[in-house]
Amino acid sequence: MSLVYAGILSHAPGITGRAHLAPDKTIRDEFYAYLTKQRKDIESSGAESLIVIAAEHFANFFMDNMPAYCMGVGEKHTGPIEDSEWLQIEKTTIPGAPELAMRLAKSVMLSVDLAYSEEWQCDHGIMVPLSFLTPNYDLPVIPCNINCQGPPLTPLARVWQFGEALRRACDEQSEKIALVGTGGISHWPATPDSGKINEAWDRNFLDQLMNQEKTKLLSYIDEEVYQEAGQGGFEIRTLIATAAAAGGKGALQFYSAELPIFAVGCTVARFDVEQ
Amino acid sequence: MSLYQVQKFLYNLNRDQHVQEAFSKNKNDTLSNYDLIQEEYEALHSGDIGLLYVLGVNGQILMHYAAYLQIEWFDYLQLMRDGIEEHGPVRKGIYAMTGGGKQFNKAPGADVGKGEK
Repeated sequence: MSLVYAGILSHAPGITGRAHLAPDKTIRDEFYAYLTKQRKDIESSGAESLIVIAAEHFANFFMDNMPAYCMGVGEKHTGPIEDSEWLQIEKTTIPGAPELAMRLAKSVMLSVDLAYSEEWQCDHGIMVPLSFLTPNYDLPVIPCNINCQGPPLTPLARVWQFGEALRRACDEQSEKIALVGTGGISHWPATPDSGKINEAWDRNFLDQLMNQEKTKLLSYIDEEVYQEAGQGGFEIRTLIATAAAAGGKGALQFYSAELPIFAVGCTVARFDVEQ
Repeated sequence: MSLYQVQKFLYNLNRDQHVQEAFSKNKNDTLSNYDLIQEEYEALHSGDIGLLYVLGVNGQILMHYAAYLQIEWFDYLQLMRDGIEEHGPVRKGIYAMTGGGKQFNKAPGADVGKGEK
């Protein structure tokens, strides 16, 4: 047993950068409280390292050489790349877990063509989750990104395989490992439509995700996702990979579409880690 | 290919402090490393968020660039709307505006929907 925690959470930059602009402080603070609970759950699990499955936002890769999947295997990572004041997160160094990451990467490569990087830079997609889950940045982190921005995007069936491969790799290790997936559901980030949220679509997807409805989860088509959930909806890949890695059903701990200033339906959930 | 060059410059600028320092010292020299048409060159030289959005710059790249320029969030959203007003719809990419200019969240001191067209 080496995977001791699996969950998901949102990562939109407004969650930290525009916290002061949230009109409803009660809902905002309830969201933050569930993120704090997630941190405590991870701490209680005894996790020695944290894998973060995130969405590549052009912090590490460009269209000259864009991997479908990449793992950060360096001794340390840096971030955020964004202006610190804008994101309200100070630039810092995050410890990696290079030996563990190399073992994980070697195992994942048996079934998924995984790229790796020893020079990982984090943007809001990883820094916002870490600012809540390991605010002192003292838990070794292994970042994994999935290309959710520059089409062609990896098919969802491959995403599922990636999650399963990551789980197999974790199970081969003696260390206790926590895993979180972080991506938006429906959202139209960084456009004039920022704040638009398709709550019905979100809840339907989350229901399928929590119930491990693999067939339905792998039936989403990018063109339809784009129409109904925006370009941000492509990030469901990070959440589906996490469900595949966990194996067990999930419990949706928090969801709210009432914080449009954060530009995403704010989500926290935990999966049972099926043995 | 030209939009690719615009985005590649912004990608490098967003994540590399050395590029930021070079660009702040001499914009012309830095931009000369990229194969840009005049419209793109001028948009990058002046930090024209609205035009860059219309040209099709990926929203994640553009948002990080706006952060680098320390543009306040609601100003950033409005600059994109202004760009569409001046230059027309987004020409390429997946970050086209779909809400017809509607505001989906409330700027301080403003009512939601006030900016609807």
